Amino acid sequence: MEVGKRLSRVDAPDKVTGRAKYTGDLVPRPHLVAKVLHSTIANGRVKAIRTGKAQAIPGVVKIVTCFDVPDIQFPTPGHPWSVEKAHQDVSDRRLLTDRVRFYGDDIAAVVAEDEISAARALGAIEVDYEEYPVVTDPEVSMTAGGESIHAECPDNVLASMDVRTPMPESDFKTVEEVLDCPSYHQFRGHYQTQQVQHCHIESALSYAYMESGRIVVVSSTQIPHIVRRVIGQALGIPWGDVRVIKPYIGGGFGNKQDVLYEPLNAYLSKAVGGRCVKLELTREEVFQCTRSRHAISFDVAAAVDGDGNLMARSVRALSNQGAYASHGHAIVANAVTAFRQLYQDQLGCHAQARTVYTNLPSPGAMRGYGIPQSNFALESMMEDIARAFDLDPYEFRLQNLMPPGYVDPFNGITCHSTALRECMAKGAQFIGWKALREKYQNQTGPVRRGVGMAVFSYKTGVWPISLETAAARMVLNQDGSVQLQLGATEIGQGGDTVFTQMAAESIGFPADRVHIVSTQDTDTAPFDTGAYASRQTYVTGMAIKDTGALFKSKLLDYAAELLERGAGELDVRNGEIVDAGTGQELLKLHDLAQEAFYSFRHSVHIAAECTHQCKDNTFAFGCCFAEVEVDIPLGRVTVLRVVNVHDSGRLINPQLAEAQVHGGMSMGLGYALSEEMKFDEKGRLLNGNLLDYKLPTAMDHPELTALFVESDDPTGPFGNKALGEPPAIPVAPAVRNAILQATGVAVNTLPLSPQRLVEEFTKAGLIGGKEG
Amino acid sequence: MYDIGNIYSAKSVPDAISALQADPTALVIAGGTDVLIKIREGKYAGRNLVSIHELRQELEGVSLSSDGDVEIGPLTTFRGCTYSEVIRATVPVLGQAADTAGGPQLRAAGTLGGNLCNGITSADTASTQMALGAILRVQGPGGVREIPIDEWYQGVGKVALGPAELLVKIIIPKSHYEGWTGHYIKYAMRNAMDIATLGVSCLVKLSPDKQTVSDLRLAFGVAGPVPFRCTQAEQDMAGLSVAEAARQIGPAARKEVNPRDSWRASRAFRLQLAQELSQRAFLEAARKGGAAL
Repeated sequence: MEVGKRLSRVDAPDKVTGRAKYTGDLVPRPHLVAKVLHSTIANGRVKAIRTGKAQAIPGVVKIVTCFDVPDIQFPTPGHPWSVEKAHQDVSDRRLLTDRVRFYGDDIAAVVAEDEISAARALGAIEVDYEEYPVVTDPEVSMTAGGESIHAECPDNVLASMDVRTPMPESDFKTVEEVLDCPSYHQFRGHYQTQQVQHCHIESALSYAYMESGRIVVVSSTQIPHIVRRVIGQALGIPWGDVRVIKPYIGGGFGNKQDVLYEPLNAYLSKAVGGRCVKLELTREEVFQCTRSRHAISFDVAAAVDGDGNLMARSVRALSNQGAYASHGHAIVANAVTAFRQLYQDQLGCHAQARTVYTNLPSPGAMRGYGIPQSNFALESMMEDIARAFDLDPYEFRLQNLMPPGYVDPFNGITCHSTALRECMAKGAQFIGWKALREKYQNQTGPVRRGVGMAVFSYKTGVWPISLETAAARMVLNQDGSVQLQLGATEIGQGGDTVFTQMAAESIGFPADRVHIVSTQDTDTAPFDTGAYASRQTYVTGMAIKDTGALFKSKLLDYAAELLERGAGELDVRNGEIVDAGTGQELLKLHDLAQEAFYSFRHSVHIAAECTHQCKDNTFAFGCCFAEVEVDIPLGRVTVLRVVNVHDSGRLINPQLAEAQVHGGMSMGLGYALSEEMKFDEKGRLLNGNLLDYKLPTAMDHPELTALFVESDDPTGPFGNKALGEPPAIPVAPAVRNAILQATGVAVNTLPLSPQRLVEEFTKAGLIGGKEG
Repeated sequence: MYDIGNIYSAKSVPDAISALQADPTALVIAGGTDVLIKIREGKYAGRNLVSIHELRQELEGVSLSSDGDVEIGPLTTFRGCTYSEVIRATVPVLGQAADTAGGPQLRAAGTLGGNLCNGITSADTASTQMALGAILRVQGPGGVREIPIDEWYQGVGKVALGPAELLVKIIIPKSHYEGWTGHYIKYAMRNAMDIATLGVSCLVKLSPDKQTVSDLRLAFGVAGPVPFRCTQAEQDMAGLSVAEAARQIGPAARKEVNPRDSWRASRAFRLQLAQELSQRAFLEAARKGGAAL
């Protein structure tokens, strides 16, 4: 069995020795360097750009402005394309724009011999603007009137939804009637999440050149096949004229599930006759000009009966989309859907969501895709309800959880397997839940401790909201090993390693006989939409399983020929041909391969390729328990212990699974306590660098504990379910709820930063009051 | 790629001074942890540099003079300060403060001289040097002069260095540290790789029975435009019992500091920190001095 092993990463030796090549390592010499001129206003129009002085700077090769680029609008999110117009992504971007929509919008670009010439040229370009009032608040943006941010969207509301679950027979006609019914406990709450960024260590960068009349773009992306399509769309050229190559990448977390500067890079190379042009963003540009996590506000209500049953809930979510649609409404739609799914309402749930354009940098996909936001609201709400009505927060959650077999009334996603209850028990036992809850009641003094929890559900992939498709190719080598080619991408998560294990498992090979091709080149890689939605082990895994079965049957057919036996009597085990009944080795695969390649009698190159269109989905689950110490006068929270327990089905590689959980928990801690993109009233990002943006360091982390309860999911190719994104989800509400237990203060806005806590503790009388 | 006009590597202190006289627009670069960042962000793009990085023979290291004063070469790195046996034996609080700057890489490159010469309020060693009453020896075309650190800061980013003058020695007189113990608290949003939201350094001299505060120094970073001492609070604490001083020092400091409202932290938040941290720094300094706490 190769699946389930703690196999070392297949890319580990190259990565730790520095041999692994990333985009920046591969740029050919000589090459030109491109830099983008970003607007210094957040809303308005470019009236004129004068490039004369910049053009005269030595080393400057070409300057293009928003007035030079083709008048084509294109979409950027890394979604599968839809052949139905109604389901296509919003096309609201141009390569460069004269209509400035956020501070830092792309209005011109310089191509120069080197970075310094390019930077000096940027400084010498003169721009005249017409300025409009800046709107950063979605509530204001919806109602303010004035110039629309996008002409196609006059009220600045990109999209909205209003979904009511079907209600069973009762005296109530609507969810609102239940919520207002005085015989139930009534709860109302407001929770607010902040805009944060992925902080992948490798910048967003690419280089582009022309070859044989086609454009080649090498990019640090999660989605090479989608990047190819969007470059074709953006430049108005046939998609086959574009070739995208994706080497190793230094992190993406969803930011590189968006097409960022690749189309502009391609355009700039074309503009200089196909010479190689590198376009690498600075960290400041990554912050200001690439994607981030949506700030979403939630107004929630619940009715709970005297036995602790959730009777009804409602949620109204408002998502700040910033200047461009990117992944747009899909994020907040996902958020309120998960809000509904995790718990069962006896009577009904009413979810409303709106996505609104403002003059801020555009959020897009980020690990968890809306769920870290709604889970903060939901799990804070569950805690607050338990506290308000004297329910045990653990039991209250348990009592109302999504049951096995649950089918979502709208999208049909089904709970095929769940070990959430077991995860909760395991987490509670690890942290010592009952004893600590007891111990930390009624503390006094400036330093107090508390323990908190949160649970979550997360779907696996995007079906049926979007297409799920993946292809794999396996090619036999002369020595009896196999090349595995995929369109699915290694983005640091360990994809290549688990794909290798899955391929080995499905063929009957040991893992060291599978050679995965890590780089995707859209000219040769099979089609796959890429790394996002925690989909690849599930969807690509199915393609690998199918392809492995086909490849194996071809090996057996050829072995049957050589051995003059029926193929059905044979099997591949541990990489050799054996008698299926006795297990006796009959033929070395090496010998089979030599024959297949070089036989005068029958030469055949054994290879297999399959597409798997996945038409299923399944829920992954998990929980987080956190123990914190709060230094009240300083507003400082120390997380003493934190544990995530996940049900992601069967683990393909427990070691990599743990690593994935550690990374997600780290992201969750930053989300909880310190990370936040801050803007001034002009829409300018104030802290767009890693000094002022408080990504936690190694010194800020407690020991991170990752535990699992493995269900066996009947729909997963190997019993597996989503794991990539989930670890980031439950940490923030668990920490928030622990602070609540420690101090009695419920903080409903993220991040729980020291200044915010000092303000809240002061309001609550813990600072400057009797106890201060 | 850094946009540097040209760089001259000085061969001696007088050579550096002549180079600065020859090119008054040039900037001095030592460890580079500040200047290079400002070049990268464009503020100093294209500027000429005079490097004193190679003058370690003359300007690096910590020693004890014959009369017991601590003499610190301005090219001494944060790390060099922290790990100096002289510092550990005489002014451990300065080594402790130096150890809170940035991360290991920065502390191996950034210098104590640079930390004073850039004139910023958040400099992690500045408040402790204020509390210690350091004497700054500078050398320029007109020769050598000594400036008490109280007169060093002229405004945000501005210090008392004249044209073509270099800081050549930081002196902590024996009387300023003998019998004193101190503690520095850097309050930042992270435990490493961060800039202080507020820094407080407290030095205390206890009575022989360790019950009373004989004398006290309290200095802040980021509680005003430049590092400064709370001289009123210092006077008010002198003569109080340790327990009484612990009660009074926070509110006293709060009255004297003048932090600003910024997007990094509000004035109200910094006032709360100043109050709370003065007390904590004092208690720790007193504990180090032998107070039973």
